[in-house]
Amino acid sequence: MKYIDEFRDRKVCEQLAKEISNRAIKKDITLMEVCGTHTMAIFRYGIKSFLPSNIALLSGPGCPVCVTPNSEIDKAIAFSRKEEVIITTFGDMFKVPGSRSTLAREKSLGSDIRIVYSPVDALKIAGENPDRIVIFLGIGFETTIPTVAATIKDAKNKKFKNFFVLCCHKLIPPAIKVVLESGEVLIDGFLLPGHVSIITGTGVYKFIAKNYNKGCVVSGFEPVDILQAILMLVKQINEDNYSVENQYTRSVKEEGNLYAKQLMNEVFEPVDSEWRGIGIIPGSGLKLKEKYSQFDANNISVKVEPVEENPECICGEILRGVKTPLDCSLFGVECLPENPKGPCMVSSEGTCAAFYKYGK
Amino acid sequence: MDTILLAHGSGGKMMHTLVKDVFVKEFDSSHLRKYEDSAVLEIIDKKIVFTTDSYVVDPIFFPGGDIGKLAVSGTINDISVMGAVPHFLSCGLILEEGFSAEELQKVIKSMKKSADESSCEIVTGDTKVVDKGKGDKIFINTSAIGTMIPDVSLSKKFIEPGDMILINGFIGDHGIAVLSKRKGMEFETSIKSDVQPLNKLIGDLLSNGLSVRFMRDPTRGGVATTLNEICDGMEFGIELIEEKIPVREGVKGFCEILGFDPLYVANEGKVIIVIKREDSDKALEIIKKFPEGRDADFIGEVTRENAGRVILRTIIGSHRIVDMLSGEQLPRIC
Repeated sequence: MKYIDEFRDRKVCEQLAKEISNRAIKKDITLMEVCGTHTMAIFRYGIKSFLPSNIALLSGPGCPVCVTPNSEIDKAIAFSRKEEVIITTFGDMFKVPGSRSTLAREKSLGSDIRIVYSPVDALKIAGENPDRIVIFLGIGFETTIPTVAATIKDAKNKKFKNFFVLCCHKLIPPAIKVVLESGEVLIDGFLLPGHVSIITGTGVYKFIAKNYNKGCVVSGFEPVDILQAILMLVKQINEDNYSVENQYTRSVKEEGNLYAKQLMNEVFEPVDSEWRGIGIIPGSGLKLKEKYSQFDANNISVKVEPVEENPECICGEILRGVKTPLDCSLFGVECLPENPKGPCMVSSEGTCAAFYKYGK
Repeated sequence: MDTILLAHGSGGKMMHTLVKDVFVKEFDSSHLRKYEDSAVLEIIDKKIVFTTDSYVVDPIFFPGGDIGKLAVSGTINDISVMGAVPHFLSCGLILEEGFSAEELQKVIKSMKKSADESSCEIVTGDTKVVDKGKGDKIFINTSAIGTMIPDVSLSKKFIEPGDMILINGFIGDHGIAVLSKRKGMEFETSIKSDVQPLNKLIGDLLSNGLSVRFMRDPTRGGVATTLNEICDGMEFGIELIEEKIPVREGVKGFCEILGFDPLYVANEGKVIIVIKREDSDKALEIIKKFPEGRDADFIGEVTRENAGRVILRTIIGSHRIVDMLSGEQLPRIC
């Protein structure tokens, strides 16, 4: 397949791997792949087997389902228990455990919860059910936010009264900043998320190179992309000269997608937001601007039970790169893809799911 | 009659008319025409193979097939991969009140066509109708009876390191064909389900005296799950070679977009054959003569290493574990 096969070329991979080995002279190099899709690709293609032993790859906080805290999931579950409500959600959220239940369980008990592939479908459901309240669970990073913004704009134009968004969206750059500030792990460079960057552009990461002296390469998701990005990071580290480089030039532009960014800015504004395992990160979430606030699900009153955390689940530490699934007592024993205890095992981009599926 | 009513399942006159004018007429079996409570079948001196399966696919009509063709082919394939010849089928229907009678006719005709193609007879049946909203148009259960081919014995325990793994064509067509027509998806693709009975291909292969060790049809859970079932708990492993696995461009593209792995996507007209290395070229030659085996190829081999595990040699030369499908969310596909 065009634009796929070229990036899965064995010879090119081997060549890149050789060059990485030759150039990786620093004793220990720790790189963080911020995005869950990178984590999955690294496992799926066995990228680690191409790397010398002095390069370690750590998974970061870039799985949107995983970073959604119990408080937000509990709220979605509370809404789903209201008879007049239809919850619409991407499939990944369906099985994520909140404090005491999951949306999947609530559905089996009679809640009306529907999996959609796009927020546009959620709006369609609202149109088809004028006497019901349709709530869309807005989960996701910059990649998903523009389509949600466009849907909300559309809802306003069409004067919808029964469509709401529970906005749990998160922004990537503030989370990277927290990882850097915490100093819990020593990171030499970041493999930056390709899809997010298609929207944001590469400029948003400049602070990482400038203020923290860390390598920064925006990468695609095929094996050749990832290996080339790692090589670029190794070169930055060797030269001790850090900047934001773009490996994924076939998709990512320096300025990003201006129209998508304008849509986001028109509908949403930044707000402090809670991340699982990290806590509140200033300016890392989004809320609806005044002009669109009528679509905020928080306008609907609902009683949410107090949050409870599973003390044994270490998803939070895994998301910060401090621990790996192998450090978790639940992993592979009580916490399995078919019976997940934490979100990193549920999401198709979750670190635990990747470890379980490909590594064990 | 344009829709199914509760009365069509009530045992009274309307049900009798439905049975007579649709099922007995279309299935055209001397056993059915007797209108008895059971079919009396004659099978002499042979080992009997018996299986059952239920079909709830949504949508009921999909590119390349429908729930009727699926219900006949799927059950026939379960008999065939045991090394048996299928002879007789049952047809249990659960219909939802309000289901279109025209669509029912289409499904029944399709069942008959598939049964005829595989030289099987539908000899008994049952119909129930449930309240609207309590079912989803039509659910079908089929059971089948077959007889073991003499001198054929297939089992995981015969598998040895060095044996070859063969598949009769492209993988993932069924799952993607069904998904592409799912409400909310509606992808424009030209991918058709591979649903088809395989008893002729398998029967011919087994009548050639080759050392076939084991066979299984990789339906739900796909090739990955079936191969894991084969080596689970055994003293051998399986190595798959990614570039040898036949996947259509359309299926690849669909999987790329949705983040699926074709190894986990369902098939309904595929069989995985484990065969002694020395006999494997001959087997491939035989299979390729059949239209349902035209694109057959070797996809891997049985290894002494990695006992109990399936390992994939990826297209870029690295190795990774291929686990069973677990916890992933794929909608109703069969």
